Amino acid sequence: MVARSTTGRHGAAAPAQAGAAIELRGISKAFGSVQANKDISIEVARGTIHGIIGENGAGKSTLMSILYGFYKADSGEILINGIPTPIPDSQAAIRAGIGMVFQHFKLVQNFSVLENVILGAEDGALLRPSLAKARRVLAELAAEYELDVDPDALIENLSVGHLQRVEILKALYRHADILILDEPTGVLTPDEADHLFRILKGLKEQGKTIILITHKLREIMDITDTVSVMRRGEMTATLRTADTSPEHLAELMVGRKVLLDVAKAPARPGRTVLEIDNLRVRDSAGVERLKGISLSVRAGEILGIAGVSGNGQSELLAVLGGIAHGTGTVSINGEPIDLSGKSSGGQSRRAQGISHVPEDRQHLGMIMDFTAWENIAFGYHNDPAYQKNPLLMDNAAILDDARGKMDRFDVRPPIPTLPAKSFSGGNQQKIILAREIERNPDLLLVGQPTRGVDIGAIEFIHKRIIELRDAGKAILLVSVELDEIIGLADRIAVMFDGRIMGERLPGETDERALGLLMAGVAGAEEGR
Amino acid sequence: MTRLPTWADLVLVPAISLLFAGVISALVILAIGQSPAEALETMVVGAVGSPYAWGYTLYYATSFMFTGLAVTVAFHASLFNIGGEGQAQIGGLGVALVCLALPWPHWALALPAAMIGAALFGAAWAAIPAYLQARRGSHIVITTIMFNYIGAALIIYLLVNVMRPQGQMDPATARFPAGAKLPTLHEIPGLGLIFTKQVPANVTLFIALAACWLVWLLLWRTRLGYEIRAFGKSEKAALYAGISPFRITMLAMLVSGGLAGLMSINNVMGESERLLQNSAEGAGFIGIAVALMGRNHPAGVFLAAILFGFLFQGGAELGLWTTIPIELRTVVQGLVILFTGALDHMVRMILGLFFRPRKTVVG
Repeated sequence: MVARSTTGRHGAAAPAQAGAAIELRGISKAFGSVQANKDISIEVARGTIHGIIGENGAGKSTLMSILYGFYKADSGEILINGIPTPIPDSQAAIRAGIGMVFQHFKLVQNFSVLENVILGAEDGALLRPSLAKARRVLAELAAEYELDVDPDALIENLSVGHLQRVEILKALYRHADILILDEPTGVLTPDEADHLFRILKGLKEQGKTIILITHKLREIMDITDTVSVMRRGEMTATLRTADTSPEHLAELMVGRKVLLDVAKAPARPGRTVLEIDNLRVRDSAGVERLKGISLSVRAGEILGIAGVSGNGQSELLAVLGGIAHGTGTVSINGEPIDLSGKSSGGQSRRAQGISHVPEDRQHLGMIMDFTAWENIAFGYHNDPAYQKNPLLMDNAAILDDARGKMDRFDVRPPIPTLPAKSFSGGNQQKIILAREIERNPDLLLVGQPTRGVDIGAIEFIHKRIIELRDAGKAILLVSVELDEIIGLADRIAVMFDGRIMGERLPGETDERALGLLMAGVAGAEEGR
Repeated sequence: MTRLPTWADLVLVPAISLLFAGVISALVILAIGQSPAEALETMVVGAVGSPYAWGYTLYYATSFMFTGLAVTVAFHASLFNIGGEGQAQIGGLGVALVCLALPWPHWALALPAAMIGAALFGAAWAAIPAYLQARRGSHIVITTIMFNYIGAALIIYLLVNVMRPQGQMDPATARFPAGAKLPTLHEIPGLGLIFTKQVPANVTLFIALAACWLVWLLLWRTRLGYEIRAFGKSEKAALYAGISPFRITMLAMLVSGGLAGLMSINNVMGESERLLQNSAEGAGFIGIAVALMGRNHPAGVFLAAILFGFLFQGGAELGLWTTIPIELRTVVQGLVILFTGALDHMVRMILGLFFRPRKTVVG
């Protein structure tokens, strides 16, 4: 924490010959009693890529929101090219040459790329001249930076990789010199991420300054020149990337040593627990989302489902969790499960020994307005242990149970009467895991167990999942984080467009091969 | 926005909202050339100034408690039941059918039977919009509003063509047998010392109080209440937990309709002793305001029902004793709803400025 003032200057001083494109001096911001940013000072030299890394809630997003004019800092100043520049709103940020690429794209679905690019930056009342100009500029940008997107394509028809390029084009069209990207690779395949990095490097060579917010240490190491670490609202260090290591950064982020690799014994798979044969699911629009999936998971093993999000993994979890309707046969412990998607399906699944940690914990896994203890009973509220008599629930018993579960899963703060929404993402996830794992299920369905979860909690969650495996339970893990799949799974199945593209053993494959399968390249099948 | 302390949230915000409503009401009364002070005095004396006045205020409050609870239960399932008015009228039909079916020997026998009739008919009237919402996705706000009109038309048809005794001119059923007459507060041993005159408030008041407690129990102590609240907060999450949206939509609306129907015990059985057209007299709609002001909690509904009982009775007194038209009652009610419901956030924002944490930011 003390290191900030010294290392901060040192880190930025190295490439200082180019001058600071952006400098923050003593930025502080509090929300009520929470100090989201505390006396933050950084300099980012022109023509460099600067990474900002930190756990959830460390204050990265707040800082970027201040920079983009969404929030007003309580104190401190922002200098653009050495000139103090107040940024009261996003228009001012754009005028100052700052462009922002959000984690969740802000594009109009039924507009074309061109229309989205000029939206809000039209030159006059008539669209035609603006569109013509934008078409010309886009062609130039595409040629210069590998940013090729069909200008007439509708947004709704584009892949996420392309959508991101549109967002970057939008910023460049507005003459952004400083580009801020918030978790840009979360939704990309490894290939698309590589492409993005090539684009960013090209931008950097043209003298643009890039700020990359991410929680992925590898990306920081790969692409940034300098990196700042944030923890609890403070800038704990600014370093030259070349002088650091992932382990060191993780330690700075969490404040203690962290095991980045998952330690686990080899799996000892037993009998088959889950058997899926030719499972098909159509969504409400009638589009087939699962196109004949066949899989099996055995006791004491973790089957990892890799894939870019939106290729049917969510539907697979939904149908196995009893939420969606499907056809085909699925059995657990040799006993068929009902795929009709009856609305009480979630209850019969639990009765059959299937626990489900859903991908979308805030909308599916818990009720954010309920207290933690009420959420501990969620889905198991019919458990006889939670009833005082046939009519009334035993709230005291649930509260008691919640206290124990939250304690064993190290939920912080360990106060079961707080509403779920007041816990951090990692602690919300621990509440759900405590609820599902302590039911001692035969099969655990886990979707994105560590999405939006801080590094310290990730380690804990991974440990618990492996413990469950070692206790002889079957686990179906869906994650878009390849590192996580490779680290945890005993077997990896890759999904693309509703199909299983292939199965691999984690020891015999690498990110590149999996990435090809994730992109639907069937040529990667030769290893089968 | 700053979070207010609980006491400010529960006491200060409604009090200030009411103050605003009162001030604007006073300005309106001034604008029509009357004296606000006189109006206030008439209302207070007429609604709470004597046991007799309380007898009327509590009578209205009893009805509002039922309809307020009806809106509350549905609201927790995220269903906006605007059909309380129709459900109460159809509930009255149930009461009338039960009361007229037998020569009841004693009210203690007639009351439970009439309650079943009221709740069943009210619930049945809510069941159709509930089914249409749960299965067909027809929006419950639209269907329950329409069912108010259908219910009113059905009652008029039945009163005029079926249930009207021969030779009677006004569209109403026959008077209920004497054995079905509910004791008023005046007639209850002990309370007769306080309520020395005949008042419309009757034993149904105690049923309403019990209903407040039971609804609290239902929502926060039973599995059904848990499922209703979970479903109301997030339908997606409810599905994940295996809570059936169809089942919850139906059950929540049945309970809601049943509560609205039970209101007719108060007015049809307890007061008019026969079924008249438009028997609910708007209490179904006032229930929405009561639930809104009562923050959809039975304790809040209880208090808000008494406040609206006061406004209703006090407003009637205005029409009786002053030259202020009785319609002003609607204006005052409207202002109370506006400030306690719609402009609630405005009051909170203003209060938020005063409750801001003192702690200054360390730069």
